[in-house]
Amino acid sequence: MQFPVISVIVFTPIITSLLLLIMPGNRKTEIRVTSLGAAALDLSLSIWLYFSYNVSAGGYQFVEQYNWLPQFGISYHVGVDGLNTPLVLLTGVVMFTGVLISWGVDDRPREFFAFLFILATGVFGVFVSLDLFMLFFFYEIAVFPMYLLISTWGWKVTREYAAMKLTLYLFIGSVVALIGALAMYFNSGLGSFDLITLETANFSVGFQRFWFPFVFIGFAVLGGLFPFHNWSPDGHVAAPTAVSMFHAGVLMKLGAFASLRIGIMLLPEGAKFWMPTIILLTLVNVVYGAFIASVQTDFKYVVGFSSVSHMGLVAMGFATLNREGLIGSGVQMFSHGVMTALFFAVVGMIYDRAHTRQIPELGGFAKKMPLVAVAFIVGGLVSMGMPGFSGFVAEFPIFMGVWEFKPWIAIVGAISIVITASYIIRIISSVFFGKMPESYADHITDVKVLDKVALIFLSVLLIVIGVFPSIMVPMVESGVENILRLLGGA
Amino acid sequence: MFGSINTSMILAILPEIMLFILAGFVFVFDLVWDDSQRRNLGWISAGGFSLIIMISLMLGTPGSDSGLVWGGMLRHDWLGFAFKMLFLFGATITALFAMDVEDLGKKGEFYLLLIFSTLGMTLMASSSNLIMLYLSIEATSLPLYILAGFFKDDDKSTEAGFKYFLFGAMASAIMLYGFSLLYGFSGTTDLDAIAGVIKTGGMNPVLLVGTLLMILVGFGFKISAVPFHFWAPDVYEGAPTVVAGFLSTASKAAGFTVLIRVLLTSYAPASDTWMMVLAIISTLTMTLGNTLALAQKNIKRLLAYSSIAHAGYILIGVVAISELGITGSIFYIIVYLITNLAAFGIVSVVGRITGSDEISAYDGLSRRSPWLGLAMLVVFLSLAGMPPFGGFIVKVLVLASAVKAKLFWLAFVGILNSIIGLYYYLIVLKHVYLYRSENEQVEIPVTRPYAIGLIVLTIGIILLGVVISPWFNVSTIAAKVLF
Repeated sequence: MQFPVISVIVFTPIITSLLLLIMPGNRKTEIRVTSLGAAALDLSLSIWLYFSYNVSAGGYQFVEQYNWLPQFGISYHVGVDGLNTPLVLLTGVVMFTGVLISWGVDDRPREFFAFLFILATGVFGVFVSLDLFMLFFFYEIAVFPMYLLISTWGWKVTREYAAMKLTLYLFIGSVVALIGALAMYFNSGLGSFDLITLETANFSVGFQRFWFPFVFIGFAVLGGLFPFHNWSPDGHVAAPTAVSMFHAGVLMKLGAFASLRIGIMLLPEGAKFWMPTIILLTLVNVVYGAFIASVQTDFKYVVGFSSVSHMGLVAMGFATLNREGLIGSGVQMFSHGVMTALFFAVVGMIYDRAHTRQIPELGGFAKKMPLVAVAFIVGGLVSMGMPGFSGFVAEFPIFMGVWEFKPWIAIVGAISIVITASYIIRIISSVFFGKMPESYADHITDVKVLDKVALIFLSVLLIVIGVFPSIMVPMVESGVENILRLLGGA
Repeated sequence: MFGSINTSMILAILPEIMLFILAGFVFVFDLVWDDSQRRNLGWISAGGFSLIIMISLMLGTPGSDSGLVWGGMLRHDWLGFAFKMLFLFGATITALFAMDVEDLGKKGEFYLLLIFSTLGMTLMASSSNLIMLYLSIEATSLPLYILAGFFKDDDKSTEAGFKYFLFGAMASAIMLYGFSLLYGFSGTTDLDAIAGVIKTGGMNPVLLVGTLLMILVGFGFKISAVPFHFWAPDVYEGAPTVVAGFLSTASKAAGFTVLIRVLLTSYAPASDTWMMVLAIISTLTMTLGNTLALAQKNIKRLLAYSSIAHAGYILIGVVAISELGITGSIFYIIVYLITNLAAFGIVSVVGRITGSDEISAYDGLSRRSPWLGLAMLVVFLSLAGMPPFGGFIVKVLVLASAVKAKLFWLAFVGILNSIIGLYYYLIVLKHVYLYRSENEQVEIPVTRPYAIGLIVLTIGIILLGVVISPWFNVSTIAAKVLF
């Protein structure tokens, strides 16, 4: 029997969280070190998984399957393909850097890391599950720790409101999708929740068209799809830094990924029917999100709305249902995850020192913390889709895919790049350059070593993917082949 | 009348016989011991209950035949047996939680009443005759009326007991009238024989619906379904917390067994008639329970409304009228019983120290006592239907049964309600985790019986949600009896 690497990745965080909970709460250093150890283990395993995935063979690999509730057709079934392997790696990366950045959490770090790790198990579980029931199981495990993390450790001004709003939005989305999933289960008549089995169910066209919106939109709520994106900027802003990183970096991908896996892959006819509507919605996402981001004065809100805009691109690529669009979205999920984690890390570092996030009140940070400035600029270039960075590798194919569908949508969508450039450059100039206000100029210090490690790690990843797209694109492409097959070569 | 008494007849009522013996033990020790030792009556009761569970599981499991014993009065089948074990488990935990309650834990009569009420419930679960059914319902209710008003010097408790009694007597009178009409027009008191009469069209449809509604009044009262729910919040608030826990779990589960059995045996041929009635009751129960829970400031009232809402969810499975639906309902009842017992256990622990049942008394609980906070988290998330806790899988199962029966509207009512539910459960957790309080340094001691009970229940909640298969099997076997 091969080493069950996926199960180890999925369950390491939750076992660690149980361990943390039985440690005495005042041994803060031990708690942090344990957390970091677990995160490092998961990161190395996910890197190993990424490089052991056999791209030329394709398909689902490292599959494990055990009975869970055989009477009802539920099994514990996990495996990775070209689409979710990068996402597992992304989760490992964000988890590791998130722990590094949260070293300074001083209020009940035991509970903080324990909840963060329960969240991580949920996220890993969704990405690797090949069983519909199991996917919901982990999906909701990923939702509830968010509530406690945001409401307890978040930004005091809006945390209660934002946490409740976020949890209810996501919960509504998931239960609506659940009804759709149950309808699929009974309609298929196969008596199985297994995704690979359900792919062969041949649902009638009418059934697919009726249920597709429930399932797709139910999950896309978490992906930040317009008009259900409203929870997301509030949630990002209120969350503590590591949670924002997790949230924008990984959780939103969860929604996008699940709507792809369940919505598009199981109900392809429904997807074809609804695709024009969804592309239009995502177009609003992309342009409107970027536009709102450009008029915010709160640094964190800018990044929050920029996430909405970029996640819109992911959904737009999915909705094209063609090779280019899907590949672009696959890469964009990884690229945006790393980039936005980097952004939120930077925002957190600046806020911790300046105690304000209002852009007009900030300035001159490049001199005090040069590395942070460089990292932010790298992230900014990715965000603008500059060649040589991962954003280009991702966004260019998406726009190509959209062009194939309707050129005017690609043209309108591309406006977002210009708007993005405008707000990124505005932030760079007014936060990192210019003059630092005297009110706090004397007590700003450079970031700690652990923070630097995290930033360097994230920036390097973004550049590596940009310079050597061949380490990710063929893998994603092998996953996309499977979707195209289900779509009947459309 | 019974012919010769044989072993299978004895085995069928093994739990009842042992409960009687246990009552004798408690009675004797209550007389022999002085006040300082009487707390141990709790250990005896709890140990006795769990011993009965073990012995019954070893010797008294039902066979594969119809199991009609004692002249057709009782039915020894898996449906009844599974519920008997559940009631006994509920009673075990209740006895543990009662031990350290002031003015209650050292009183022999409390444990005796608890045992007799449990005895009534076990008979309820296996009754297959209208007369037996009525007698066992009364045998369950009378001790519970006294238990609800156990604190004689406390106005709220007295009020709770009296209110419970008045509502209960009224509901039971209407139900009895329904029974008598049913007997009068069908000519039999046997639940199966009634089904035969209805099937052959031997009953006027108006009368059929009439008797059904009257009987539903009685059952609706037991499970606190809308519109027979008015007693629940006041009684839960006033009654001793452990008693409220017992009322909201074992007593409600007992109500569900008879509801399920009577509807799906006697009234099974008329299922089209009552399905809509029950679907409406389910909708109202969920919606009203959840909506009113939003406004509560008192944790016991909140749990009362939440338990009303859960009765509505359980009814979804019954409305679906399928093996899957009943399986879901039974599984739901198991999870609900364990979860709600834990909830009232925590309320009891906290109430002893803070002297208050207001939700604001839970501010900073996770700082005062991290373990209690964690237990609260598990319990409330399970009630909200979140994985990996038991509440998730049973929510999926009852919704699945509704979807399978093409009752999409009911499934959507169910999920809308679970969203409202999540909201107020999270509000409580916010008090536990987020809010600070002035007496954060004051620890909340958890005495041994509470600790044992809460640990068992919390682990149970997680096991129910993760190791699903065995529980699903038990529920399916019990549900198969009816189909």
